[in-house]
Amino acid sequence: MHPLRKRRLILILVMVSGIAVATGFALVAFNQNLMFFFTPSDVKAGKAPSNRLFRMGGMVVDGSVKKSDTSTEVWFDITDNEKTVTVKYNGILPDLFREGQGIITKGKLNEKGEFIAEEVLAKHDENYMPPEVAATMKKKKPAYIKE
Amino acid sequence: MEAFLKFIDMGGYAGYVWSSYGLALLVFGLSIILPLKEKRQLEKRIRRIIQNEKSVSK
Amino acid sequence: MIMRFIYQLGSPPYFYALSGRLLPWLSGLCFILFAAGLYGGLVLAPADYQQGDSFRIIYIHVPAAWMSLFVYMIMAFSGAMALIWRIKIAEIILINSAHIGAVFTFLALVTGSIWGKPMWGTWWVWDARLTSELLLLFLYLGIIALYSAIDDKRKAARAVAILALVGVVNIPIIHYSVEWWSTLHQGPTVTKFDKPSIDTRMLIPLLLMAFAYKFLYAIVVLLRARNDLLWRERRSQWVATLFSKEGA
Repeated sequence: MHPLRKRRLILILVMVSGIAVATGFALVAFNQNLMFFFTPSDVKAGKAPSNRLFRMGGMVVDGSVKKSDTSTEVWFDITDNEKTVTVKYNGILPDLFREGQGIITKGKLNEKGEFIAEEVLAKHDENYMPPEVAATMKKKKPAYIKE
Repeated sequence: MEAFLKFIDMGGYAGYVWSSYGLALLVFGLSIILPLKEKRQLEKRIRRIIQNEKSVSK
Repeated sequence: MIMRFIYQLGSPPYFYALSGRLLPWLSGLCFILFAAGLYGGLVLAPADYQQGDSFRIIYIHVPAAWMSLFVYMIMAFSGAMALIWRIKIAEIILINSAHIGAVFTFLALVTGSIWGKPMWGTWWVWDARLTSELLLLFLYLGIIALYSAIDDKRKAARAVAILALVGVVNIPIIHYSVEWWSTLHQGPTVTKFDKPSIDTRMLIPLLLMAFAYKFLYAIVVLLRARNDLLWRERRSQWVATLFSKEGA
């Protein structure tokens, strides 16, 4: 390769790797802030902020969803298969909300250690299949929560 | 007819699904049409330049 | 041999003639791929067990998101070629990819938002995947703005090539964001290595659409590059010959 071109190539490689390293350091430094949510284990271990809003993510425990007869209030437990936190929410749930589904909820802990949610988002998994296949894979389809 | 209506309805998600497909059609259509239009204008301008140069050299 | 081909491709009249002959074929294939992908995706693919028919947005959203990264990689690669070898065609590919790249990124963001509303329950969240993809849109727009701000187009191309190379660090961040951080966006479906996690009848239209998008990209870039080339070389002999042959 022509020496001038070689010098340009080396210059570009040095520049891109330098920026990559700098970005890497910045990302490591901000890692905590880039975490979109905490797990129930984090919350039970006291890692989540205590008097400010934060997000918690986990699976809705089968059979834990209780709806109020008179209002849109709903209680359910979410788990990361280690610890479980009870969530109280008043509002409209997304279409994908159902038992066994991964969700992310934003809110605050109250003094009893319950999570008072302002927002509930459903996190869908990366699997796509028709209902028949899902039924044979799981035997039992996850129960759909009727609004 | 019923099958067609069912297809259009998209299991109740018609608004979400069709607006996505419609937006794609719109932006892709523009991405093709705009360069084609530009080409026609460019050709006109370049022809004029070539004509001018010819008349100057004569 | 390959280098010779690249240098030959770097010759504007050769590139113009070759791309002109390729375009009808590309357009035909692109049309067939879109027709097959749309029919497979909208009609043949079954509804998803959880998301119902709303999952069909995948056929617009996912290829657009893939292309937003793919086009950027092509731009960064062309940028490096333009800086090292000063190949004019590399500059032209670089700058003429920016618009269609921005279009793909915009489409991925908007259709993702349309999909997120019924499924996640929100139009937008500031998680790592969505935020880094938004940053990519700004990179594309920044490249377009920078190029149009500098009058000397050779200098502008060099500045843009440097910006494109700097921005390349964002690409692995977008791709791995769903694994490095906990995000609302789910992990990869097609590119993961263990078991396939999408039904074949759903996967085939997705791949067809991905190829259709690639052809669309090639068509748009060639159309724009040919215009650009024609105007840059308007005073050259080959353009004059081209127009006299057409019998203007």
